[in-house]
Amino acid sequence: MSFFGKLTLESIPYHEPIIMVTLAVVGVIGLVIAALITKHQKWGVLWHDWLTSVDHKRLGIMYILLALVMLIRGFSDAIMMRTQQALATNGAAGYLPPEHYDQIFTAHGVIMIIFMAMPFMIGLMNLILPLQIGARDVAFPFLNNLSFWLTTSGAVLINISLGLGEFAKTGWVAYPPLSELAYSPGVGVDYYIWALQISGIGTTLTGVNFIATVLKMRAPGMKLMQMPIFTWTCTWANILIVASFPILTAVLGLLTLDRYLDFHFFTNDGGGNAMMYINLFWAWGHPEVYILILPAFGIFSEVISTFTSKRLFGYSSMVWASGAISILGFIVWLHHFFTMGSSANVNAFFGVMTMVIAVPTGVKLFNWLFTIYRGRLRITVPVLWTLGFMVTFTIGGMTGVLLAVPGADYVLHNSLFLIAHFHNTILGGAVFGYMAGFAFWFPKAMGFHLNERLGKASFWCWQVGFYVAFMPLYVLGFLGMTRRINHTDNPAWNFWIYFAAVGAFIILAGIILQFVQLYVSFRDREQNLDTTGDPWNGHTLEWSTSSPPQFYNFAKLPHVTDIDAFTDMKEKGQAYQREQAYQPIHMPKNTASGIFMAACITAVGFAAIWHIWWLAIAGLASAFVLFLVRAYDNDVDYYVQPDEVTRIEHAHLDNVVRG
Amino acid sequence: MFIRKLSTAMLAVGALMLAGCEGGVLDPKGQVGMDEKHLIIVATLLMLIVVIPVIFMTLYFAWKYRDGRDHEIYAPKWAHSKTIEIVVWLIPVVIVIVLGVITWNSTHKLDPYKPLDHHAKPITVQVVSLDWKWLFIYPEQGIASVNELAFPANVPVNFKITSDTAMNSFFIPQLGSQIYSMAGMATKLHLIANEPGTFKGISANYSGAGFAGMKFNAIATPTAEDFDAWVAMIKQQETTLDVAQYKLLAKKSENNPVQYFGSVQKGMFNYVVMQYMDPNSNMKSMGSMEDMDHDQHMQHMKDIDATQHSEHSIPTHSTTEPSSTVSGEAE
Repeated sequence: MSFFGKLTLESIPYHEPIIMVTLAVVGVIGLVIAALITKHQKWGVLWHDWLTSVDHKRLGIMYILLALVMLIRGFSDAIMMRTQQALATNGAAGYLPPEHYDQIFTAHGVIMIIFMAMPFMIGLMNLILPLQIGARDVAFPFLNNLSFWLTTSGAVLINISLGLGEFAKTGWVAYPPLSELAYSPGVGVDYYIWALQISGIGTTLTGVNFIATVLKMRAPGMKLMQMPIFTWTCTWANILIVASFPILTAVLGLLTLDRYLDFHFFTNDGGGNAMMYINLFWAWGHPEVYILILPAFGIFSEVISTFTSKRLFGYSSMVWASGAISILGFIVWLHHFFTMGSSANVNAFFGVMTMVIAVPTGVKLFNWLFTIYRGRLRITVPVLWTLGFMVTFTIGGMTGVLLAVPGADYVLHNSLFLIAHFHNTILGGAVFGYMAGFAFWFPKAMGFHLNERLGKASFWCWQVGFYVAFMPLYVLGFLGMTRRINHTDNPAWNFWIYFAAVGAFIILAGIILQFVQLYVSFRDREQNLDTTGDPWNGHTLEWSTSSPPQFYNFAKLPHVTDIDAFTDMKEKGQAYQREQAYQPIHMPKNTASGIFMAACITAVGFAAIWHIWWLAIAGLASAFVLFLVRAYDNDVDYYVQPDEVTRIEHAHLDNVVRG
Repeated sequence: MFIRKLSTAMLAVGALMLAGCEGGVLDPKGQVGMDEKHLIIVATLLMLIVVIPVIFMTLYFAWKYRDGRDHEIYAPKWAHSKTIEIVVWLIPVVIVIVLGVITWNSTHKLDPYKPLDHHAKPITVQVVSLDWKWLFIYPEQGIASVNELAFPANVPVNFKITSDTAMNSFFIPQLGSQIYSMAGMATKLHLIANEPGTFKGISANYSGAGFAGMKFNAIATPTAEDFDAWVAMIKQQETTLDVAQYKLLAKKSENNPVQYFGSVQKGMFNYVVMQYMDPNSNMKSMGSMEDMDHDQHMQHMKDIDATQHSEHSIPTHSTTEPSSTVSGEAE
């Protein structure tokens, strides 16, 4: 074994023009950003105020930035797949050979779920949840920073795979035996394993952190059944994270043993059994989709009740429906493989359990409807996303229940019908929710409004593009087209394949408009400042802070007596109280430990992928030393002095008075 | 006027979609597929009972209660109604109960492991997924083919399916259900073609680079005689599928042409399944190939009643058959 393990100069895919051009573009963009930071002398700000920050709001923003960056990457994969399939009809080969195409659909799935949707969801949760419960930060601020950097570490690894070696060619589920050494001898699956493993640990820590936060750090007076609904749905999602991510960690660990130490958990030979992997994978994988969707449900609830200027209908129904979804989400995993040959009793049980989930989900839809009922709905961008969701997700739910009928699944399994279904729910459900949340809380996070016109234009492109891109896939599924095929030669499919490709480009327009919207809004920010902190006449405590919120969130912890705590305060005339004297506020100090530890762990992952064992040991040892240094560091907190608090609070309240 | 135009357009699209479904799972040519199509339609209609009102109400409420319509009632604190709560829980519950009953019954009726209820005597085909092609072994006829499957129409076909590579899924969309093929074990599938024809067969589970080319034609011959003629045609081929030949065949290849083997070494399917079961498997299995010969008769009998047999003896056995059962049959 050489000094650099399996890594050689040949590991760089020089011969792939697409990859080389991509890398060049990324390099140029990176240089431009670096130059801009240097020009504006922002390196210090970047390091001291952002990268080392333990402030949940800044971490939330960084999570969302990570999600947007990975959205570009994952969506590029999507466009490439759609164009490949459109070009490779009637037996043509297209422009992507299986070698490349198979990596793309694997990367698309992994990136969109693990490195786009998850960071987006966790970002919004970071940003808002502590504010909603009237807390000054999360329970473990440093751990929160470490979680973010571990997630980023996974994202870094997956991006390195683009320019060094290859990514997995297994599909995002990486089923063995295909993902075993016998069939995937390259480094692709190892990139998959380590990227998921490292980011997965980050996610587990986030789950622990936020459960502790809602249990221990709610504002005085706030009972559990008075927590805002978004906080509740996030809490259910965090419970799911803590219960399910360890399963992923374990199953990836077993696959790692198979690939690195010649174990035989899932191999064809030596008594291995791949069915075990498939079961364990989905025992994590199914709760995972509810981890994605539940917080989105919470966002829709907040958006609807805010923009109808009305209380949420059936709050406790909503809480318990989310709980029921969480628990049921754990006993339906087998519906991902009805075609594996389980007995009729087993298949029927899991089919019926899956349908039962439709009950609490249906209740949620009805509750949103009755929140709109007798309200005053302001049709803003977040509301458009919500209405778009309610229509789209209903269709996705219906096709989901259809797939839950084993007899139907026997012919629809793995077909494009399935692809259409889960995009219908994850895109039309979770991602629409994050978009709604993004537009809803943007002024809170950044202090200025998003451009409404561009936001609406972007929404319509997404909405129309979604239907054009995915409805044809339902048809293709009925026509017998299966997923992950590189080329086709069935004339009956062609029309629908072209149709779907057009849809992908309409969505592309939506994404571009979204970035244009960000640029225009930033350019015109001075005219669109949110000075009051409460631009929508919100119900919950995050709107009682300034925009962006004071770094300590609340000068004086609010006392909560109602679900719509801030509405309650406004009605009682208790909002915007000017205090005569403030107490010193206990705050955590920023720290570079998280980013350094994650850098070491990234090195460990990279070393393990390429079998550079000295680097793996060195990285692990360094991470441990950093951990010890941090653990014995007593200089981790400080007090904000009352005069500073007074100055900040009075400035904010003056702004509120001025409007 | 606009609505009328819209509905005409919708009808046209609907007609186009239905016309376009030729050759897919909504154009079934076998009993299993027909039942599944029926099930899909019934389940969809049932769900539309909720889905259409929800979509309608979403758009209607959003329009009716939009900001600025001050003549509508505004009730900002109204957030609870027992009646509505009961109704919104009840409606989905009722639909799910109905669907649940349908699901339970149809799942048992359409169990891929259940032999079809038909007067004709079934024929058996052993299926092996390889990188990247399908091998079909006809134990009763003693022949084998690659990427071409034939059987008489109106005769049930009992498939025993395994893999000698990654997991695949054996699927002929127009005939109905699919089932995974997995190494070291045999899964089962029962299908029938109700009319003659040539149907497309695929692998419906991604298995690597050559996956898209894992296609075969499933030919349902009009009569038993036509099928016999097909068998006779293959029997004229001189190549025998023995272990050596099989190893050549199992090597990676893409877009394989159709290939025939006039004879098959006995116990071939068991050999394929069993090779993963023992550290020294290859040697042993090859050695025991001869032993299998005189057991062939016995094994046939077991093959025929294997379904009932295994379901009786070990309750879990209608799940994916573990290799030990196959091993039991082989010995």
